[in-house]
Amino acid sequence: MSKIVAAAAIRGARVIAREAEEFLNKALKEHGPDARIGFPETAFFLPMANALLGLEVKTLKEAGNVFNYAKGLLPLEPKEKLWLPYLGDALDAGIATLLCEEIITVLRYLYKQEPQTDCNGFFTDTILRSLGIQLVDGRMPGFAAILGAAPTNEIAVSVVRQLQERNILIFVGSSSGGRSIIDQLKESGVEMGWDNYIVPYGRDTISAIYPLNWAIRSAMTFGGLKAGQGKKCLLYTKERVFAFGLTLGLVDDLKYATGAGAINMGFPIIADTDIPEIKPSGITTYEALVKEFDYKKIVPRCIEVRGVRVKVSKIPIPVLYGAAFEGERVRREQLYCEFGGKSSQAFELISMRDSSQIEDGKIELVGPDIDQLPEKVKSLPLGILIEVAGRKLQKDFEPILERQLHRFFNYCMGVMHIGQRDMNWIRISKDAFAKGLRVKHLGIVLHAMIHEEFGAIADKVQITIFTKEEDVQRELIKARQVYAERDERLGGMTDESVDTFYSCELCQSFAPNHICVITPEKVGLCGAYSWLDTKAAYEIAPSGGNKPIPKGECLDPVNGEWASVNAYVSLRSNRTLERFSMYSIVNNPSTSCGCFECIMAVIPEANGIMIVHRDFSGMTPCGMTFTTLAGSVGGGIQTPGFLGVGKIYLTSKKFISADGGLRRLIWMPKELKELLGEKLIKRVQEIGEPDLLEKIADETIATTSEELMLFLEKVKHPALTLPPLF
Amino acid sequence: MAENKFYGDSATREMRQVAEDLGIQTVWDRELLQQPHCGFGLLGICCKNCNMGPCRIDPFNPNGPKLGVCGADADVIAARNLLRHITAGSACHNDHGRELTKAFKLAAQGKAPGYQITDESKLKVLAQEYGVKVEGRSLQDIAVDLADRIFAEYGQQEGELVLIQRAPKKTKEMWRKLGIMPRGIDREVVEALARTNMGVDNDYRSLMRHGMRVALSDGWGGSMIATELTDILFRSPRPLDSRANLGVLKYDQVNILVHGHVPVLSDMIAQAASDPELIKLAKAKGASGITVAGVCCTALEVLIRRGVPVAGNFLQQELALITGVVEMLIVDLQCVMPSLPNIAGNFHTKVISTSPRAHFPGSEYVEFKEEQGYEIAKKLIRAAIENYPNRNQEKIHIPKAVETLVSGFTTEYIFEMLGGKTLSTYKPLNDGVAMGRIRGVVGVVGCDNPKMQSGETHIKLIKELLKNDVLVVQTGCAATACGKEGLLTPETAFKYCGKGLQEICEAVGCPPILHMGPCVDNSRILTACCEIVGAGGLGVGLDELPVAGVAPEWMSEKAIAIGWYFVASGALVVFGQPYPVYGSKNMTNYVTKEVEELTGGKWAFEIDPLKMAKIIIEHLDSKRKTLNLKPMMYQ
Repeated sequence: MSKIVAAAAIRGARVIAREAEEFLNKALKEHGPDARIGFPETAFFLPMANALLGLEVKTLKEAGNVFNYAKGLLPLEPKEKLWLPYLGDALDAGIATLLCEEIITVLRYLYKQEPQTDCNGFFTDTILRSLGIQLVDGRMPGFAAILGAAPTNEIAVSVVRQLQERNILIFVGSSSGGRSIIDQLKESGVEMGWDNYIVPYGRDTISAIYPLNWAIRSAMTFGGLKAGQGKKCLLYTKERVFAFGLTLGLVDDLKYATGAGAINMGFPIIADTDIPEIKPSGITTYEALVKEFDYKKIVPRCIEVRGVRVKVSKIPIPVLYGAAFEGERVRREQLYCEFGGKSSQAFELISMRDSSQIEDGKIELVGPDIDQLPEKVKSLPLGILIEVAGRKLQKDFEPILERQLHRFFNYCMGVMHIGQRDMNWIRISKDAFAKGLRVKHLGIVLHAMIHEEFGAIADKVQITIFTKEEDVQRELIKARQVYAERDERLGGMTDESVDTFYSCELCQSFAPNHICVITPEKVGLCGAYSWLDTKAAYEIAPSGGNKPIPKGECLDPVNGEWASVNAYVSLRSNRTLERFSMYSIVNNPSTSCGCFECIMAVIPEANGIMIVHRDFSGMTPCGMTFTTLAGSVGGGIQTPGFLGVGKIYLTSKKFISADGGLRRLIWMPKELKELLGEKLIKRVQEIGEPDLLEKIADETIATTSEELMLFLEKVKHPALTLPPLF
Repeated sequence: MAENKFYGDSATREMRQVAEDLGIQTVWDRELLQQPHCGFGLLGICCKNCNMGPCRIDPFNPNGPKLGVCGADADVIAARNLLRHITAGSACHNDHGRELTKAFKLAAQGKAPGYQITDESKLKVLAQEYGVKVEGRSLQDIAVDLADRIFAEYGQQEGELVLIQRAPKKTKEMWRKLGIMPRGIDREVVEALARTNMGVDNDYRSLMRHGMRVALSDGWGGSMIATELTDILFRSPRPLDSRANLGVLKYDQVNILVHGHVPVLSDMIAQAASDPELIKLAKAKGASGITVAGVCCTALEVLIRRGVPVAGNFLQQELALITGVVEMLIVDLQCVMPSLPNIAGNFHTKVISTSPRAHFPGSEYVEFKEEQGYEIAKKLIRAAIENYPNRNQEKIHIPKAVETLVSGFTTEYIFEMLGGKTLSTYKPLNDGVAMGRIRGVVGVVGCDNPKMQSGETHIKLIKELLKNDVLVVQTGCAATACGKEGLLTPETAFKYCGKGLQEICEAVGCPPILHMGPCVDNSRILTACCEIVGAGGLGVGLDELPVAGVAPEWMSEKAIAIGWYFVASGALVVFGQPYPVYGSKNMTNYVTKEVEELTGGKWAFEIDPLKMAKIIIEHLDSKRKTLNLKPMMYQ
């Protein structure tokens, strides 16, 4: 920390502390000390104060305690000559800044001043959890927080596009010289939002606390750390959250102060102006503060300084390509041409071939391309046949590869893909067409990406694209036969029919003691990994995050306990877990990393189990929202009575089979019921309880335990007559 | 008169001229008169341990005596002598720790009203280490129990010391394996004297192993206890700025010098000197105020906690009196020259001795009792003020030389310095070493000695180390030597350091030389090394660290004890002049080579400061290589 930087950070911290103090005094005067304050949808109160100090701030008076602590941290500026050490002081000033910024923003919520126009404001716990799996599997290798404004709108867009291309999640905000990058992007028509990897937090530097108090929560959500383990939380973010700050324009005292806070978390700052650099590492992994004036080099410099591991596949197509474009929509007014959906017949199929049958890199378009469309015609039929060969390829991997096509298409800027198989729907935007994108390029994308991600099993990839009606109809008949055969084979796969389960340890980069054991009938709790996925992943990368666990001796077929699973879990959970059962929420249940799709909780008085999914933000009959519940089960800790699961697990025959299965289910949000629809109906019929779904309460029926009990008794829910859970 | 008068800092040179003009004999003059020093003594091969002797071994004449009357050869004689030196040095530190424990207990019992517990959290940490129950108890109760446990450790007969458990596991296992883990504090000293009696331990290796055990009981015992309790009683230091050299004495103020080692006295004098009643009295006597300044190590105790300026180091104690402006010199013990009362006799200066362990003929003896600490301090200061009008205006000469410095670095503070209060970490230091910005950490410590080019050895050595990106830590008179040259400032980083070290200093805002206190606080260097190991990336034992210690101008037996506890803990230690072992080839081989196979540490002797630096740098580089660290970044 050069003296100039330390002095500026300390000055900035003092300004922010004064603002916090004045705002707090005003609020105390107008609302009284017991007035309740808080951010929306979080179980972590003021997350920074919760993580660092262990305080659970719910009232203005309690916010005063945080302020007093922060004030006690504020150091003096270093002297001109014969100065005393200032690094620790500047870091203290940074912590004080974060705590005060959090107070200011929560007070803004009290006064309804947040979120700011076009901005996200506070980031909820739900967002953190739903992004969990992308953070660990490399799809989202890092985070950038941009503060300020670029010299021109073009530069702003270019910097953001460079980050998007590397799939880095970008938080934009703050201002420089009265301009904010948020407005620069808005004026340039850049689509923002979580789906686009660009999230505006606010137009002032103080609101930069949002990405930071979001990041610190990951330590408690995934890292198994407790509130108040401040130092450990800071080390967690340094080691596991690959974030950095990018300041555009003048770095003023407030930005230095906030930057000092970020540096405490191990996040380096990169500036486009002439600032004093801080090169020695230790607080950050590499340099702490660097400058780069060249906007072509600034993004690579950021990545280097933070040590972000980016996997970029350069694909020769005329539009940008990357995960950041996955969530982008092509709306009607932007539409150039579409395939499938209601507009035409389309399908996509991956089929395994013998190596001698196909030619790698052969991409053939049979029929017209989209530049040959007649006037006013905006649609074509489409059949995509992808033939793959590989020594280690198995027939079972076909659907896994096929499921990735959705991502591969969507990574193209200006291309939207929905659905799968013969229910797919692809749109191409006018912009993309104008830049030169054609149907044939989609073939190039698929060929490149299959090699890129599945190079270990796919040696050859040949692609044929049909755009003539008669060809599509002919090929479709063959494709539908393949789909049907696959469904039959997959449906018959049970835990008993295989001799190996697979572990999923991907989340250990975030939750070092957590481990998932995935079986044919139990999907990973994130919903993203099925048994086949993990099997394929192991074939592709034997030293990766998925390992085979031979079933061996079964200790308890009811609870689903195997000696080999116990041994493996004990070893890989750093000896924090001894026993692990697959089918019970009560006896040695599975643990959770934090990115579960749903949480189940026992409701003892009802002798049953409720389930709530991530997107449901309302109250549940156990008295806790999803977010609060989630707070008690993450981080790889075994919590009998609570279980994180994937949605699709509800339709499995092994759904908490040791505890009575679906008959135990007494409450679930309406949306989740609808989401699982047909599959769930089929399951309740199979178990001989065809009217069970009507007996399961939802939020329109009960949000308290009392209401729930009344309802269950009224409908005579089977859980009431099952043996006691405990 | 003295040929070597041009050595040293400008104030020293100036005052030596004044002394010469006044016809006052100083340490340099006496050193010349002693030349040539006794060759047998220098080589360590004369023995006076029984009345069949004294005996001496002839190192040159093949027909001369090779054995003493009892049959002891050069190896045994040199080893016995060296063990006695180690023991005397360790006894000093251990006794210092005992004094602190006594004051600490009296303070805890409320019997020493001038003293109180100022560092609660450190008290609790230490109490827990000693197995004293902390929860739900008053500080006083905790402190009394802690004091009793520490006293008991002095008399402990078996087992291991408490604070030595702070060392890394690998290092402790090494001590246990070698059988040199100290079992108590006093017992090792007693056993050493018994072993060196005629006809007891006659194996130089065995004698030296016990020497290491004695030294360890000092560094990880008495010295560490002294440091810890001093912090608890008189506050834990944090960096502050102050000044050094004889120029801190003021012409128009009552000047009181504290000299010696134990802060129980010096801190109380410094505290009482700000009593408004006394300041009023001083003004009534025509002075503008009261200046308390320190000499030697006790100066550094009050420097690192109160910012009290340092008048001078060991060699300047006589010169300070020759300024003619010192109303009173208050001494306790260690490194206090017997010549002082005589020199004071040339001026109005009163010399007060205070310790029942250390009497000085010609001085006034006022026993310092903790129970009446503040009153005694006030009484002494009052007498000093009364003495102010007695100055002989014709014999006044205050040199102008004075430099600013930053001091007060501790093992605990480094956490905060590098990581702030929340992150609190050594990682930037370890990273600095691992990445090749810092070559290693070297303690430049010890005394100043009239045999050497006093002061200059330190300055030349340190500049060379800084140039080679070596982070320096200092204690004692060696630190004062650098303070007087203005090296203990943060600006030094930009004048003398290599680019890597400069980047670290710029980032942290610290000087490239960290002043950690008096020589008893060398224990801080031990604990800091433990924290470096703990922070990871630089090995698992103290012997693996790229560190070294050097005492270029050592003179006291305490320096030998300190050197040995570092060697026994796995460090390279370099002395300027050798201690007396060169008369025995086996002993020379043992201390410079063989011991390395046992502890990982070893000795080197080299007078030339640039060659010293070379030895150290090569050692650091070899440790770096073993640890497989990155090459130096800007080489």
